[in-house]
Amino acid sequence: MTVRSLILEKFQSVAAAQSKPLAPLADETVLLESGLDSLCFAIIVATLEDDLGVDPFTTAEDVYFPVTFGDFVAFYDNALKADVAA
Amino acid sequence: MSPPEQSSLRRILQASPRLAARRLWGGDERLPLAEIAGGSCLGGHLEQLAGRSVLLRTGDPLFAALALIELDGVARRIVLCPPDLADADLPLAAETAGIDAVVFDGALPPLRLTDALFVAMHLPPAPLTAAPRAELATEWVMFTSGTSGVPKMVIHGLRGLTGAIKPADPDDPPPVWGTFYDIRRYGGLQILLRALLGEGSMVLARPGEPVADLLARLGRHGVTHLTGTPSHWRRVLMSPAARLIAPKYIRLSGEIADQAVLDSLKGSFPGVPIGHAYASTEAGVGFEVNDGLEGFPAAFLERRGGEVEMRVMDGALQLRSARTASAYVGGGAGPLIGDDGFVDTGDMVERRGDRYHFVGRRNGVINVGGLKVHPEEIEAVINRHPAVRMSLVRGRRSPITGAIVVAEVVLNQPCDAEAAVKDEIIAACRRHLAPFKIPTSIRMAPALAMTAGGKLERAVA
Repeated sequence: MTVRSLILEKFQSVAAAQSKPLAPLADETVLLESGLDSLCFAIIVATLEDDLGVDPFTTAEDVYFPVTFGDFVAFYDNALKADVAA
Repeated sequence: MSPPEQSSLRRILQASPRLAARRLWGGDERLPLAEIAGGSCLGGHLEQLAGRSVLLRTGDPLFAALALIELDGVARRIVLCPPDLADADLPLAAETAGIDAVVFDGALPPLRLTDALFVAMHLPPAPLTAAPRAELATEWVMFTSGTSGVPKMVIHGLRGLTGAIKPADPDDPPPVWGTFYDIRRYGGLQILLRALLGEGSMVLARPGEPVADLLARLGRHGVTHLTGTPSHWRRVLMSPAARLIAPKYIRLSGEIADQAVLDSLKGSFPGVPIGHAYASTEAGVGFEVNDGLEGFPAAFLERRGGEVEMRVMDGALQLRSARTASAYVGGGAGPLIGDDGFVDTGDMVERRGDRYHFVGRRNGVINVGGLKVHPEEIEAVINRHPAVRMSLVRGRRSPITGAIVVAEVVLNQPCDAEAAVKDEIIAACRRHLAPFKIPTSIRMAPALAMTAGGKLERAVA
């Protein structure tokens, strides 16, 4: 399973569990317009940390928060590469 | 411009040299402060509200702001209901606070009070022919979350609430304040008062307004001073609408501001001063940190003779300040201030080098995006499930909301249907608890650690 498909699955399962309508997710989808709220993102980040062992929001050198779904996937991709390199 | 003891908000506004240029923006409303200072939205009932203990229950924060301006100095007491206060809690709150008037917008609040005056608010303000009497030192009552889930009410006065506000510099351009907080909570109320006392205007959020819409309005009205919790700011940083604002001052409070959010804000708003403040509903505004680093300098504890003194006792931050709430309404909630005048904030700190860092709250209280969660309230709901022996609710650190709520559950006996029990527990939590209090994960555990005294062992959350 790719990181992207894992993240996609988390968005879908958290949206379902929190009864939020989820917009179709493309790279350019703005996270805050996906239908999810801050609590949903907090849950997604926590479960991704459990599954992947990284939390790029805490560890990233990059000081910018992801804005789009594509940013979000890249945020994790980069963190995993840095994790492997370390 | 520290107000004299008896000066009311309306009088402070009326004395403003720049009043004609000042505005209050609601969701769809643009109200000149001059109209507010010289008018009333209380349908001709302002005089009748004099000396009363008023429950202020509004759906729209704009009406709450208008009522506060009108009632300060006129009412004996204003009880400011936060947006998430349940209708079911209204009767007890009204009884405890001796309410004899209710001011509301929209639908009549479901509250039966004999002999109480119910006043509906309307826009636009009607001009007042006679200046109302405004000579009372009105008690401002705010809600804080209680362990049993029933909110406690703390009493403040305008003087204490505005004690940390510095006078406006007449040479500075007039500020436009904005906040992601609700002004019916301590953090947001501070900003409303800063705008009103500091020759400013203010943009108020409409109920349930998406962050992108609010950012667009803040940008349109030229917001200069913008405040929120670290969680609010993280949401801003994730929004493309963040580029619509160009604030001159950014402030964070209500939660631990970590280095990541401070650095991200610095990256997105280069050159803009960023401060994080410590305040609580009970202790008032404590201090502000403006060096861009998380935590606070240990030297703050050495400061003597100022408005606020700080100390650390058993790892907890304590404050002594004239801005502290004077008491709880009803008195039954225990002493608010210790014998020596210090308030125990319950916030645990740890010294690293020459700085103190916040590490969480005593008694496991969890801070989810600035909202306090008492684990006992959630455990009580979980423990009602017939298959549950006991449960422990704690916070898990989150880079998005500061913390999220997680639960560990011990069942009466091993069970084949653990998934079904989890679903039932979550369903029960959904029925009884606000969304931010519902556990985001439930782990079945064989046992829970207990203290020597037989209590659940709670780590600092």
